[in-house]
Amino acid sequence: MSSPFLTAVNISHTFHDLPVLENISLEIQSGDFVALVGPSGVGKSTLLRILAGLLRPSSGEIHMADGSRQEPIGLVFQRDNLMPWRTVAENIRLPLELMGMNGREANGRVQAMINLVGLAGFEQRYPAQLSGGMAQRVALARALVHEPLFLLLDEPFGALDALTRERMGLELLRIWEAMPVTVLLVTHSINEAVFLADEVLVMGSRRPNTKRPATITHRIPTGLPRPRDLAMERTAVFQDCVTAVRAAIESGV
Amino acid sequence: MNILQRQPVWLTTLVSFAFLVIGWQLLVTLGGYQKFILPGPLDVWRQMQIVAADGRLLRHSLITISEIIPGLLIGCLVAAPLGYLLAKSPLAERLISPYLIASQAIPIIAIAPLLTIWISSVYWSRVAVAALVVFFPILINMVVGLRSVPAELYELMHVLKADNGQIFRKLEFPAALPVFLAGLKIGATLAVIGALVGEFVQPQSRGLGFLLITARQSFKTDLVFVILVTLAVIALSLYGLVALLEKQVLRWKLQK
Repeated sequence: MSSPFLTAVNISHTFHDLPVLENISLEIQSGDFVALVGPSGVGKSTLLRILAGLLRPSSGEIHMADGSRQEPIGLVFQRDNLMPWRTVAENIRLPLELMGMNGREANGRVQAMINLVGLAGFEQRYPAQLSGGMAQRVALARALVHEPLFLLLDEPFGALDALTRERMGLELLRIWEAMPVTVLLVTHSINEAVFLADEVLVMGSRRPNTKRPATITHRIPTGLPRPRDLAMERTAVFQDCVTAVRAAIESGV
Repeated sequence: MNILQRQPVWLTTLVSFAFLVIGWQLLVTLGGYQKFILPGPLDVWRQMQIVAADGRLLRHSLITISEIIPGLLIGCLVAAPLGYLLAKSPLAERLISPYLIASQAIPIIAIAPLLTIWISSVYWSRVAVAALVVFFPILINMVVGLRSVPAELYELMHVLKADNGQIFRKLEFPAALPVFLAGLKIGATLAVIGALVGEFVQPQSRGLGFLLITARQSFKTDLVFVILVTLAVIALSLYGLVALLEKQVLRWKLQK
């Protein structure tokens, strides 16, 4: 067995003397789709920022497979965070520009991503002219255009309506299956986590009556086959897994 | 009112201007004011033709404009980098901003005489006053513009391994540009005031400020009005130029 894509060892983080994360250790295998759930305010986004290299943990270490640390990663937030002065195509092109890739190769990649997320015909639109779902597709395309090894999603569909959210989840799976990328998804939705991921990590505190400091209390493999479709949400395996994740969040320990 | 709202802008502007002129003339006629107290629009028009014909209006206008433009540019060139520094460095902000804010409590008319002591050139002391007036709104807008950049976009640039130059060119500059240009619009009109204050303090024989002082001293109130109108036209033109620039640069804002 090859070494894991990402290993976090004993990550603890303190924010202004307030312990937020405590002794978090986790492993993510290359190509996995991992979801991170937990009550709001528990520190999911903080952990995501630490794994993204945006935040240095107070203690603990993160190891990544050879060279992966230096590679630019993909990042999607709850808000699309598109640059309003750039068109759809120009927004998606940004990571390539920063890497110094221009010309025909960049154009080809941008167009391929636009087709992949189903935005053909909208290349020259500005973000203000897009619906929420479309803007989030652009954000997803921007996060993937440079073919990152690691994609971090922080509540990416949290601002979308339920139907759009479901469809975006399916699209995300389709894209993930077409690309060799390891995904970490932070979400509030238990259903979404179970439906999309191979493994659901549950965050919570081991101490009674408090959310902090939080750690990973449970890891629950979903056990659903791939490729997935919405019909699976009605199967017993899916329902049992959702129940298990919900119980894990509510138990706290 | 509805009929007026549906008309093109130039027509409504013309109508409001006509009302202003007619009201002004009525005030003069009904009030029976003498010309040196309140000249009518016709007196002002006649006086404008005289100073336009003998070349005085253009000559003094060009001098004042030649103070306004460098004043505006120098004000921008100093304020923009300083604004960047203040927005990026909390330490710099803590050290510098109290003095900047305190300096705004002192009216420019009180600082201007000092500048004429320090800067011996009449021309450059006037430019300096203009630059000083422009400085603050540009600075504030630069800081506000840079602070408006969402933290998440900085995070995005960091995970994409952008260097500081790229972050400035591709994120901070375009993000701050709309607010900066709004500041430039205010600065453009303030530069006119600044140049005029400079001319009031150093009124040596040239510029619209000099012409204004001599006109007032000789009770040529109609000439005073001509100069006020000219100043308004200069300020409006500068504002219009910046607005035009804004329209070109911020084309993405117009798309809906």
